[in-house]
Formats: sequence, C-alpha cells, structure tokens
Amino acid sequence: MGGAKTFNWAGWSSLILLLLAWELGARSTAALQVYLPPISEVIGASGQLFIAGQLGDHALVTLERFFAGYLIASGIGVSVGIGLGYFRSLHNLVGIVIEFLRPMPSVAIIPVAILMLGIGDSMIVAVTVYATVWPILINTIDGVRHIDSTLVDTGRTFGLSRWRILWQIILPGASPYIVTGLRIALAIALILVTTAEMVAGSKGLGFFILDEERSMNSSNMYAGVVIVAALGYALNRLFLALESRVMRWRHGMVARETA
Amino acid sequence: MPILEVKSISKSYRQAGGNTTAAIGSISCQVEPGEFVSFVGPSGCGKTTLLMTIAGLLAPSAGSVLVNSKEISSPPPDLVLLFQEYNKSLFAWRTVLGNVRFGLEARGDRSSNASSKARSLIDLVGLKGFENHFPWELSGGMQQRVAIARALAYEPKVLLMDEPFGSLDALTRLELEDAVLRLWAELKTTIVFITHDIEEAIYLSDRILVLSRRPSEIIEEMPVDFPRPRNQVSTRAEARFMEIRNTIYRQISSPAD
Amino acid sequence: MRAQKLAGLLFLLALMAAWELTARAELINPLIVPRLSRILGVFWDLVSSGQIPMQILVSMKRAASGYLLAAAVFIPLGILMGLSERIHRALEVIVEMLRPLPPPVMIPVALLFFGLEDEMKIFVIFFSCAWPMLLNTIDGVRNLDWVLLNTARTFRLSRAGTIWRIILPAASPQIMTGLRVSLPIMLILVVISEMVGSTDGIGYFILDAQRRFRVAQMYAGMLALAILGYALNQLFNLLHRRLLPWHWGMMTRRDEG
Repeated sequence: MGGAKTFNWAGWSSLILLLLAWELGARSTAALQVYLPPISEVIGASGQLFIAGQLGDHALVTLERFFAGYLIASGIGVSVGIGLGYFRSLHNLVGIVIEFLRPMPSVAIIPVAILMLGIGDSMIVAVTVYATVWPILINTIDGVRHIDSTLVDTGRTFGLSRWRILWQIILPGASPYIVTGLRIALAIALILVTTAEMVAGSKGLGFFILDEERSMNSSNMYAGVVIVAALGYALNRLFLALESRVMRWRHGMVARETA
Repeated sequence: MPILEVKSISKSYRQAGGNTTAAIGSISCQVEPGEFVSFVGPSGCGKTTLLMTIAGLLAPSAGSVLVNSKEISSPPPDLVLLFQEYNKSLFAWRTVLGNVRFGLEARGDRSSNASSKARSLIDLVGLKGFENHFPWELSGGMQQRVAIARALAYEPKVLLMDEPFGSLDALTRLELEDAVLRLWAELKTTIVFITHDIEEAIYLSDRILVLSRRPSEIIEEMPVDFPRPRNQVSTRAEARFMEIRNTIYRQISSPAD
Repeated sequence: MRAQKLAGLLFLLALMAAWELTARAELINPLIVPRLSRILGVFWDLVSSGQIPMQILVSMKRAASGYLLAAAVFIPLGILMGLSERIHRALEVIVEMLRPLPPPVMIPVALLFFGLEDEMKIFVIFFSCAWPMLLNTIDGVRNLDWVLLNTARTFRLSRAGTIWRIILPAASPQIMTGLRVSLPIMLILVVISEMVGSTDGIGYFILDAQRRFRVAQMYAGMLALAILGYALNQLFNLLHRRLLPWHWGMMTRRDEG
C-alpha cells in the first residue's frame, strides 16, 4: 500500500470532529438528550457503572458465555469438519442434511433452546455453540477438501501413518481455511451471546443494554454499547495476535505472492 | 526519420531499506518506422522496465523517449503496450468481441461498423467463431491472440510486446510467432519485441539489441537479414542462424563485467 | 455421483423417520419435540391459511428496505473510498471503530429512537449490512491488478473512462460478494429485531409460539424461515447469473474442478 504507515491524522481528526459534533449537538437540543446524551455523560456513566462493579460483572458474564460457546464450537467444528472433509463417503451422507439446516438463520434456534433449557447460562451457551459451529465446520471441510492430493501422496510415499498424515499434513494444510472460519465465528459468537441475553437473559451485557433502554437510562445504555464494541475490538486483536504467531509461515508466503 | 528514439534512459528504484537498485544503466537506440526490433537479455535485466518506460507508463530516472520526435511523459498516442500477463490485462467482463472493440473505442471509433472491423481482426488472429466467448473460456494462446487483436484494433504505429509468448507451450509459441509476422507484414506496424528466447528473437526480427545484466545496457546490436517471409524450418536451418544465436548466447551468459 | 446424492437423501429420510418414530414412542417429551408429521401438518395449515406467508411478507418488507438502503448508501461510499485514498484515510478510523460492534447491540439504541416501529428494524438491518457491503466494495475497487490499470493507461483512457469502463466492472464481483454476504446477515437481524422488539413478523411469530407453548407452530415457523433462507439464496444466484454472467461462468467452472 505504498510507503510506511504514517499516523492517520485525517482519520482521527474526523472521528474527533464527529464526537465533538455529538457532544455539542446533544448539549444544545434538550429534546435530543434523552435519545442521544452528550458523550461526556456517557463517559461519566461508564465510570460510575464500572466503579459500582455493574458493568464489570455483566461483561464478565458475557465473556464467560462467549468463551465457553466459542471453544466448544471450535472443538466440534474442527474435528467434525476434518472428518467430513477427509472421508468423502461420510460427507456425501451428511451433506444434504447440512444443506437443509444451513439456510435457517441460527438465531431461530433460540426459542427451541429456551423450551429445552429454560433461560440461563446453558441455553445461551447452547445457542452460541449451534450458531458458531457452522462457519467453522463449513470452512474446515472446505480446507480439508482443497488440500492437494499431491501433499497427501507425499506423506504416503514417506510412509507416514494415517494419523500422522492427518496431524502433520492435513491440519496445517487446511489451517488457512480453518482460521478464516474461526475468525468469522468470533463475530458470530459475540452476536449470539448478546442476542440470547437480550431475548431471555437476566445478566450479561446484552441484557444490560436492553434493560437500561427500557428504563430510559440512555447514558447507561450507550455505556454498555461502547463496552461491547470495545470487547469486540479486543477479541479481534487477540485473535489476530494469536493467528500471526501460529500462521507465520503463511504470512510470509502470501506476502511474497503479492509482491 | 526514426519513429522511436530512446536517449540515454536510466532507471533506478528506491528500496524499502533505503538502498537504490539500478534497473537500467543507460540505454540509447533508435527504431525506424516499420522495423521489427527485439531486445534480448537475461531474466531480471530490466526488460519490462525498459518497455514500460518507452510506453510512457514509467518515468525514467534520467534520459528521454521520443515518439515521432516528440518527447513523452505519459502514454503517447499511436503506441500501445502488450503486457506479459495477458490474462490479467484482458477484460474478464467483456467477450472476445467486446475486448477487441475496446481497442477501437479507445481510438474513438464508436461507429456502427466498429463491430465488423473487430470481427475481421478476430479473424485475422485466427479466432473466428470465438467472438462471443469470455476470456476465461479460452486457452492461454487464444487469450494472447485476443490481447494482440485488441492492441491492433487501436491501430498503433508502434506496438510494444513484453515477452508475449513466455508462458505458452513451445508449439503454441511457434504458431503465434508466425501469426505476429503475418500481422506485421500486413499492417506494417513498427514492433519492439522483448523476449528471453534468443532463437525467437532471431526468427522474428530485423535487428536485435542485446542487453546486459542489471543495470542493463546495450552490449551488442545485431542486424538479422534473413529473407522474408521467414519460415520455421528453412530460416532456422540456415547456418547463419546458429552463428548469430551462439554469438548472442555468449554475450548474455558471460559473467557480469 | 448420483449414487452418493441418493445416499445422502436416504440418510435424510432415515433421520426424519427416526424423528417421527421416537416422537411417537414418546421417547422425547412431545411437548418439546413433537412428531414430525404434526409439525408438517401445522406448517401446511399455516401456509395455506396465509398466516405464515403474511408474517414472512411483513418481515421481508422490513428486511428488503434495510438491505437496499444499505446498498444504496454504502456501495457508492465504498467506491468513493476505494478510489480516493484521501477519503479512505479520513473515514478509516470511524469505520474501524464501528466495525467490531455486534449489530444486535444496536437494537436497543434503535428501540430508543424508533420504538417498535418498522423503522427500528430497517435501521438495524441498514447498520448491520453496511460493513460487508462497504468493506467488500472498497476491497474490490482498491485491489485491482496493476496490469489492468496499466492497460487502461496504455490505451490512453481518461480518468473517468478508466473508472467507469474498467475499475467498476472489474470490481463488480467483489461488490457482489459483499451483497451476497449481507443477505444472511439481513435475515438474521430481521429475526432478532423482531424477537426483541416487535409485534409481528416471522421472528416474533416463532418466539410468540414458544411463549404460548404452541410448540408445533414454533417449529413450523423455523421451517418457513429455512425455506425463506434457501429461496433468497437461489434468487441471489439467479441475479448473479444475470448481472455477471462472465463471473458466474468462472466461478461455477472452478467448483467443478
């Protein structure tokens, strides 16, 4: 993209201008303040909530559910995905069922989950797992299927056992696709957790934001929104950091190809 | 009156670390109208950079290029560059006919008989019947022909060709060499050709300019006066053919001076 | 190939039969998972009585409005940001700040502004579809191969001509991808926003059925949603084939490999 990355003065200035407009606009129109309180109030409210421990508690609950759902889904998605990707016959068997279930938006499973598990942690984690599994599964299958048979044959000609081929060739070979699936799943998991909390929760950031809206505490509501955004951002960075370490070989290869 | 003059062109690039790489050391030459001139050199010697500079797509670090005695600073009219990566240069969203018509449109010809002109060009490059195909449906050799037809539709006085046949298989290459010669004889365009294939250069050209390694300079200029029309069997069988080839080969593969 | 498809179909039917049998044998609580036959029966009733189609229509009106509005705003914006580095830099930070927001979190905000009206859902969908459309469009416009851009230059196209006749067509597959990716997002968000803040629509229908313990209705609604998702996908494919036949051909050929 040409040249070293200079500090984006223009970008940050636009943001600050926008925030300033928000602040001044909110302050000037009293009627607007219910809907759009000045940022200073939002920041103030955030501070208060943090000190009172409220925001922290809700955030923790949401994060716990998020990680539980994400990790379980990753385990299931990758392992089943490898199995389905590797064993064509299995994939042919299950393929049509998958194609049937895919078009249904995963959030529609929430009412069923409530029916089966009530409202609470297990329901929220369950729907998160259900929704998050899909991108991981699909991308993993894709990745395994796209592995050049030459690679596998190379392993076989070196006398590698089936297990070792899986571990040392297939998994690394499919990893770019798997990582893509995991990245998409990150956003989806967060969406599902917050949604489930909104629909039927009593704790968590999703519930908090909705609850504050219902009580017309807009500053608190916005505070919650900002925290969720910050969480999303932080999780993304965490993912990128992990990914760049694990996938260093790929980064070099891609960089060379695009040079 | 030379149609193309290259006057002491040099080109250096600044690298990320602050070092400068000199791609072209100093090159000067002239091309007369209607000539078929080839540049031959080892890979990495800056042939593409040279052609892009002549085409006006790159500015030289020093020196100048004159087309029709006018110094250029951007792509001049009457000149077209045919890229090495033809598959990236063709317009995937247009059919063969659409791509060739583009050459006419770029010239300003949107008349009603533009289509028939395009069709005759498509026929000329041997792709009759493929007018309504999309580029992805064609083989590499066919795609290159489309690119050539599109360039010719522009009716350039000078056609620059950057290793056009480098990624094709040997037999297709020979076919296209003859196709280019036929077109050149018929349309009387001036052609500046780049290749790493010495024998191809000898087969096609009136004159060969041999380039050194980076930073490149012209180390040899060889006239090639075999009779035309050339023939893949008889021309290549001439004793002089191998002599020229060996001379050039020795020039190129000797260690950098 | 056919045999394998058959095996898959048989497996599906076997699963459905297993469902029916276990439900009949009351191995699972019929209040939570009723018989498949009953669900299908209820589904048929709700469809033929027009109830489900009406709810779907209500939802789709909102969904389509949000989707098309987002396309009308964010695709041109993406093109602008892709073409002008200055505009891109200016808006980059704001975009990166808003991106990590999970769209459902905007629902309470929208509720605050719009209450339970249609505008609330339209706004939420508008906001959620923005990012895939914007980012894919920017990507498509910015990351064009330099060979393509240089081809435009060697044919001396004007800036406007280059944008209109080369950049936009070349970026259209990626823009299409953005539109395609936004489709399931649109569907998800309309369902969520109806579950959280609505009195009609298919999302509300499903949740309401659960609350009233009309379990078969709930499953029927989910089935309707799955069919809707499938239908939208097929519709989009049709559109893709019509608008970008050249790209469709490339894509489908690759998958068969």
